[in-house]
Amino acid sequence: MTMNSQGRSTTPDEAIPMSEIQTVSGSRGLQQREDLIFETGSTGKTGVDLPNPKGTKSRLGSVTRKRPTDLPGLSEPETMRHYVRLSQKNYAIDLGLFPLGSCTMKHNPRLNEKVARMPGFADIHPLQPQATVQGALELIDQLATWLKTLTGMPAVAMSPKAGAHGEFCGMMAIRRALIARGEIETRTRVLVPASAHGTNPATAVQCGFKVDEIKADERGRVNMEDFKAKLEDSSDIAGIMLTNPNTCGLFETDIMEIADLIHEAGGYFYCDGANFNAIMGRVRPGDLGIDAMHINLHKTFSTPHGGGGPGAGPTVLSDALADYAPVPFVVKDEDIYSLVEETEGEGEEAFGRLCAFHGQMGMFTRALAYMLSHGADGLKQAAEDAVLNANYVQARLKSTMTAAFDGYCMHEALFSDAFTAEGIDTLDISKALIDEGYHPMTMYFPLVVHGAMLIEPTETESKAELDRFCDALGAIAERAKAGDESLKGAPYLAPMRRLDETQAARKPVLRWTPPEPDRMAAE
Amino acid sequence: MRYLPLTPEDRKAMLATIGADSVDAFYADVPEAVRLGGKVAGLPDHQGELAVERHMAALAGKNRVASDGRFFVGCGAYKHHVPASVDHIIQRSEFLTTYTPYQPEIAQGTLQTLFEFQSQVAAMTAMDVANASMYDGSTACAEAAIMACRVTKRRRVVLSGGLHPHYAAATRTVCEAQGIEVVQLPPAVDDELALKDAVTDKTACVIGQSPNVFGTVTDLSPVSEAAHADGALMVSVFTEAVSLGLVTPPGEMGADIAVGEGQSIGNALNFGGPYVGLFATTKKHVRSMPGRLCGETVDADGQRGFVLTLSTREQHIRRDKATSNICTNAGLCTLAFTAHMTLLGDKGFTQLAELNHEAACALADALEEVDGVEILTPRFFNEFAFRVPGNAEAILAQLDELGVIGGVRASRILPGKGMDNVIITCATECTTEDDIKAYADALNEVL
Amino acid sequence: MTQHFTQQVTFYTEDHEWVTVHGDLATVGITKYAADQLGDVVFVETPEVGKTVKKGDEMAVVESVKAASDVYAPLSGEVIDANGELADAPEKVNEHPETEGWFCVIKFSDGAETKGLMDKDAYYEFCKGQA
Repeated sequence: MTMNSQGRSTTPDEAIPMSEIQTVSGSRGLQQREDLIFETGSTGKTGVDLPNPKGTKSRLGSVTRKRPTDLPGLSEPETMRHYVRLSQKNYAIDLGLFPLGSCTMKHNPRLNEKVARMPGFADIHPLQPQATVQGALELIDQLATWLKTLTGMPAVAMSPKAGAHGEFCGMMAIRRALIARGEIETRTRVLVPASAHGTNPATAVQCGFKVDEIKADERGRVNMEDFKAKLEDSSDIAGIMLTNPNTCGLFETDIMEIADLIHEAGGYFYCDGANFNAIMGRVRPGDLGIDAMHINLHKTFSTPHGGGGPGAGPTVLSDALADYAPVPFVVKDEDIYSLVEETEGEGEEAFGRLCAFHGQMGMFTRALAYMLSHGADGLKQAAEDAVLNANYVQARLKSTMTAAFDGYCMHEALFSDAFTAEGIDTLDISKALIDEGYHPMTMYFPLVVHGAMLIEPTETESKAELDRFCDALGAIAERAKAGDESLKGAPYLAPMRRLDETQAARKPVLRWTPPEPDRMAAE
Repeated sequence: MRYLPLTPEDRKAMLATIGADSVDAFYADVPEAVRLGGKVAGLPDHQGELAVERHMAALAGKNRVASDGRFFVGCGAYKHHVPASVDHIIQRSEFLTTYTPYQPEIAQGTLQTLFEFQSQVAAMTAMDVANASMYDGSTACAEAAIMACRVTKRRRVVLSGGLHPHYAAATRTVCEAQGIEVVQLPPAVDDELALKDAVTDKTACVIGQSPNVFGTVTDLSPVSEAAHADGALMVSVFTEAVSLGLVTPPGEMGADIAVGEGQSIGNALNFGGPYVGLFATTKKHVRSMPGRLCGETVDADGQRGFVLTLSTREQHIRRDKATSNICTNAGLCTLAFTAHMTLLGDKGFTQLAELNHEAACALADALEEVDGVEILTPRFFNEFAFRVPGNAEAILAQLDELGVIGGVRASRILPGKGMDNVIITCATECTTEDDIKAYADALNEVL
Repeated sequence: MTQHFTQQVTFYTEDHEWVTVHGDLATVGITKYAADQLGDVVFVETPEVGKTVKKGDEMAVVESVKAASDVYAPLSGEVIDANGELADAPEKVNEHPETEGWFCVIKFSDGAETKGLMDKDAYYEFCKGQA
């Protein structure tokens, strides 16, 4: 043979356990350690090349900054690396199933991102002359038409900037209607089910109402007896805030009776539309007797959650409330669109203004692209697939875990912690899912179920992915049942272990400050 | 449907596992009378990417793009250059397609950027702490008003005549609902200090703005002193975040709460949203603050990490006693903000502010030369108001025909206040010498 | 009518406050049972000294990471002292809820209001019923 000394063994040697590997850099392979920009950057460094100012005479008077800002700068390559490294410490829909119940983490189509960045939408100013933004106003009008048609409602307020902002919008419209009836002083009580999102009671109070909590029944729905009892003296009833499908993932079977009774009592029906994705195309909320409902474009209509916003919460309104919609709103005369921006003239009845401009245009473009892509047929299919996927997860897991309620669910499956061994709880199961490569489900919500685990797979998961997820969660549930103490330490394989939230809250550190020696040197 | 992975075979197999005949079984709780038979009437069926893109492009094509011409519109939203890398960062899947960081072990990316964002906002406003954002500047302003009422246990807020009228309106809406009295001072180009005389021992807070809606910069320190003397808080508002590179920041003027619009840093105009509300306060009032807060801590192995903290202020725990109903905020817009600010650093931020100021000074110099123009704003950063001899709306329309979008007529945001001949105009680092000359020439032609 | 307690006596409320009365002064805190249920206490807002409270008023707030509770005045009167140390050391509420973790002292106006309160044994039985 010819001698070749370049050969080497290509089978792995016996490995040292991963946990024993220490590194000098603090990185662990592709998990790179990344310090704060305040530790790596400096005030003299910058990643932009701006022309030098000419030294024009200032027109600021003496209202000038006396001290530098302490803002650290980084060059462009360092900046890119900083954020890309940080990004790799995040879980995301594009990495895997994100089963957060009531949050609707569905795929975010990239076409939507593309259209939102068209200069004709992204690079137009909210106060440029209306004649120069006719396409933008037309887009708002088109989206409004889709929302009204899908919900069967006559009007929609487009400016709310998130779901909770939409709730505020709807409840303010109710407030204004009560003012018009001369009953705002007397009608102050709003009924809210115990299972509601925290935003509901918080919103009611922000609108000047008092919250009266209604119990859930053993089927996870509104307890009708309790509801009726609350209406016995109805002279102070302003309305009800009810989520449908509710936060237990169930359709409120008595919803039409609830609507009738609340109307008979002289109140209004606010529906939290966070879960509209389960029923779009199958039933129109307008046919159920509701007066107002916000729609989370970032849930039902796929605009990205972006790590906590921006959202958008257009709010549909019934005839009883339509006149009170806030300014600004779009009106059409012949082929010309215009904005009503003041609470006078056409906007005289409006309850006021919610925010500076016309709502979340960047979310409107994405949502409309999503609607056009799906069409009436696709939206219905999306709702049905979402519900099918949730029921599939429920069916696959209910023999191991404890389903909170009997029967089929809508778009999310709810389990309680009744099946776990003493000492193992919902948190442990959630954290163990991280080690399996999944984001945990919503935990400890809704409050009406002990140790709640709320799983919403959405329609954009394949059967194969659902099977892998159910295999993983099912195995963890078995361990929880058997009292496997190792669950208490999970996650073991995430970028970080469990974090000390007690320390964070007891001694809050909410911003970077220079370390002590530096500070002394600076003084 | 390209977004739906289930095949007809999958659906059949899954229904079999569940033991249901069809998806109709899952909708059995929907009252029969209201079940929709087919699909919703009056809407088109699904379409491919190309068709949707064409539809959207046609709508976009009907709008006049700020970058395509001489553009001088400000008044709460500003045309700035955003570095290309910022948009790449916010389109990273791990940032774009993730949720509020409720599971800190797998959300350190978002959490660390929020911590850095809070630190940057605190530094630029010279305040102790900032939250992880509000929806926009106007809603932040409204939240500041009710926070001040909570802190002082008083029920009256006073708004300056220079506060952006939309901010004032948003604040009024929130206050009225809670029975908080709102005192609005009359519109004034240069009278932020009038707040001083409006403070009494019943006042929860005074809300002043610098630069104000007419562009006037004011040292609000005397207002803070007057407010504090009567046990009230001072809320300092800004709509142009870039101004803080050059003007006296709220914290140096004695502000108890600083709120503002962060759109100028990292975010496009977007026809008004989404934007990013900045909210900062003093250490003393942290627990009365609305919105999410990110804090530093350690994990089980002792490594530094970050979590959402002080959550007991928030709606998901405190429900009807929460400091605000805010839930989702402006996550991705905060990322754009913090990434752009990281590229700038103090050096770039200061330079950017200087360039804006110089552009506005050059614009003022040029417009002052035009016969009949009177600059009204005595001290300004990058925008100012001026009076024209004639109706501002008509003049702006004529300027538009000459290819110049000359600003906002004051009567659009302050109708019926005798401001029909006032234009509020703005220049930024995007404004060129040519743009300024074109504006002056056009105005000469029109007047 | 002020009733003076010549000997120190501790009472308990159904809202899990303890109140130790001596003379016309009452020291108030939350019970060990309540502190355990709440988890790690991270923040306590004690009432302002000088404030007048009525029995049943929301008087203080106690927070853990995931929960917040209002603390009600067990007796009417004037708050004459508050435990400032809890601001920096809220963990005292977990560690010594019924001694160092006290919230405030009320100079009470009507000793008869102690009538409806429980003694230690009754409270113990009450908690058993809650579980």
